[in-house]
This record gives sequence, structure tokens and C-alpha cells, in this order.
Amino acid sequence: MINFGYTLNKSGAINLVEADLSLYNDLMKKVPSFARCIGCGGCAATCAARQHTDFSVLKCNMLIRRGEYDTLSKELNKCMLCGKCSLVCPRNVNTRAMIIQARLLVNSFSKR
Amino acid sequence: MNIVDCIIIGGGPAGMEAANRLTDQGFQVLLFEKEPELGGKLRQWDKLFPDFTLAQDILKMLNDNIASNKLEIKTGNTIRELRQSTDEGNSKEWEVIDGNGESHRARTVLITTGFDFFDATRKEEYGYGIYPNVITSVELEEQLKNGKIEIASNSKNDPNIAFIQCVGSRDEKVGNHYCSRNCCICAVKQAIEVKELLPQSEVTCYYMDLRMFGQSYEELYRKAQQEFRVNFIRGRVSEISPTLENRVILKAEDTLLSRPIRATVDLVVLMVGMEPSETTAQLSKSLNMSDPYGYIASKNSYTADNETQHKGLFVAGTAKRQLAIPDVIRDADAAAFTIAKHLKNGK
Repeated sequence: MINFGYTLNKSGAINLVEADLSLYNDLMKKVPSFARCIGCGGCAATCAARQHTDFSVLKCNMLIRRGEYDTLSKELNKCMLCGKCSLVCPRNVNTRAMIIQARLLVNSFSKR
Repeated sequence: MNIVDCIIIGGGPAGMEAANRLTDQGFQVLLFEKEPELGGKLRQWDKLFPDFTLAQDILKMLNDNIASNKLEIKTGNTIRELRQSTDEGNSKEWEVIDGNGESHRARTVLITTGFDFFDATRKEEYGYGIYPNVITSVELEEQLKNGKIEIASNSKNDPNIAFIQCVGSRDEKVGNHYCSRNCCICAVKQAIEVKELLPQSEVTCYYMDLRMFGQSYEELYRKAQQEFRVNFIRGRVSEISPTLENRVILKAEDTLLSRPIRATVDLVVLMVGMEPSETTAQLSKSLNMSDPYGYIASKNSYTADNETQHKGLFVAGTAKRQLAIPDVIRDADAAAFTIAKHLKNGK
């Protein structure tokens, strides 16, 4: 290919039609309460890991919902599984189980 | 000339309920309705939020009461003018000139002229009236009534259906600063009904805020998420454009991820807001009692919410502000009570 001295940026937009939602759907089956998230961010506000890193339970949650799995594995590993997020969630989402199950699914997903 | 106790302008749920409550107490009522039938917008609706009560059941209750009561009804009659009677010494009376130019007199008048749906063609960026895939919540309700959702695109896949909230509400660009209150929960209700009719469809709802203020509203929203897997995305759709397959692409910002989002869908439902009806706007203007949007301002929204600044002139229902059916019926009851008190004191 001819090198013109510049490259095209990959679109930063989420494309809901091309999105692969298989991990999301698998996770929904394992942790049904995951469907109830209203994106309030209570989980992120109470998170111990969030105080020192840019880890956010809400962000992980949203990335899974949109089929954006590229950075997910690295993000999920920042969680210390203390479970404070589950205690504060107003919709009683089992966030801790969500993280554990998402880690397992991401690993099997990347092996596919 | 016969002077009735109360003339009610508008035969929707508010007018019907108030007419029933006043005749129950022995007052003589004359009810005007511009359409050939009573019932107002309720006639266009299939099921009501949040518990899927059939609109026709509510209509039947109102109609049955009307049938058992002795009151005069003039349907298909749009009133021309409402004014305080000009006769000497009779300034406490009201005069209504009807569509045929006939004059009717009453001791009191109740305005129940209600609302109209926001005209979605005013939000050009959503392509209503341009793309056949873009419909309003009112049209979807009609399709739900018929038990069949029409998908305009020729896509063979499971349909993707998007709901867009706040079309004509909370939007300074169309001059409506207010929240229409009913669309959030109505979208949740309709999304569930769509999922029931088309279980394989993907239903997404784009919102700025979801205002689930009423009893059982939040529970229905939770149910839509948990049992029906309706996807809620926080972000206002900025524009809609067509594809070659007769589908449409939505552009929005996923504000919870701070990323732009795109979706190609087969059907878009615009949740149109509420505006004062033409008659409401005319009356509020001609009698100098308009709020900033053309709704009728009550005398005091805390303590005299069915009264207006004019003695003997009352108001109830969505002619005042955005209300749901139960609120409208309760408001009509309150109006009938206030009017009865006024009539008894006046005698």
C-alpha cells in the first residue's frame, strides 16, 4: 500500500448494529440482575479501587452492554472484589458477581 | 331564555366526569364537544399505563354514567365565543356562542378543552413525515390497538425498534420548556407491548432523564429492563438519516460512556409531548388567563386550582397542564365540587 504519510483514525463511535453482544447476553444469563442497572454510578462512587485507579464498575457495565470488549479484561482486573458496590446498588444488581462472571467470560471470549 | 347551572366546554374524560358529578347533585348541565363522539384523546388509546387497563373500559364507565344522567349534550359543535353576559345587572352570568351561532347562558362555565399532541414534523431532524420508518407514539398506539406493528423496511432480520423521548418536551428549540410527564412511562408501556407482540425484536429507548414519578411507574421500568430486556440509553438522538435498505440510522451520544453511538433501526417511535389544544389556547388568550405556553392558568395552583381569575369560570384537566387520566378524573371531581359550592352560595 502506498504510504501517503498519514493514517485514518478509527471511528470512536459505538456501532450498536455491528456490536457483538454475545458476552453481554451470556452475562445476562449468569447474572440476571445485571439487566436492572440504571447507570446511577453509586457503585463507582463507593469503589475502593476507584480511589487510586481509573477503574469504574459502571464503565465496565456499560462497555459490556455496548459490546466493547477490547479494554474490558484489563479494566476488570483492577477490581479487588470487596463487594461494597453490591451493598450500595439501589437496583440490587449483584455487581460483584457481575465482575467475577465477566472475568471468566472475557477469558473464554479471548480464547475463541 | 333558559339559564343552565353549568356549561362544560370539552367532552373528554375531564368534561364527562365533571358533567356526571354535577348532574349527580341535581345541577342542570350542558356539555359541548367538537367531535361527533364524547371521549377525547382517550378514544385513540388502547391500554393505559402503568397497569395496562383498557382505555375503552374507562370510557365505558364514563359513558354509562353519562347515559344514566339527565344532561344535554351537543356533539360536533365547536364553540365560537365565550364571554361574560353583557346584560345589565346580570354580569355574573356567562354566555357561550356555539358553532351554529346560537347563544347559551349559564351561571358557571367549566373549561375542559384539553391538550393536543406535539406536531412531530416540527423536529425536522427526526424525519417524521419524510421516512416511513419514523412514527409517533400516537400512531404506534393505534397499531397496538390493531395488534399488528407495521415495519416499513424490507429487512429480513429481527426488527430493531427505537423509542425517542422528549419530542416536543423540555426543548427550548420548539418553545416548550416543560416536561410532558406522560411520555416516559408511556414509552416503557409501549416498549413492553412491542416486546410482547414481537419477542425477537431489539427495543432501545433513548432518553435524557427517565421520570418515573407515579405510583407503579418505577416498577414498570424495572420490569421492562428485567423481564423484557428493553435497552435504555441515556442520550438525546441528534438526527436520523435513511439507509439504502429503507432503514434509518440514529446518531446519539452515549452519555454514560462519553462516546458517540450509532444504531441502524427498522422503526423509530417519537414520544410526542403535550401542548394546549387549539381551543384551550384560544380561550386562554381571549380571556387573558394564559400561562407562558397557552395553557389556562388557574387562580392558585395550591388552593384554588379549579378556579380562574374570572368569577364563575372554572377549569379542569389538561387544559391547565400535563396530566394523566387518573389525575384528570380526580381534577374533574374537584372541579364539580368547587362549582357546586359556587352555585349553592350564589343562590
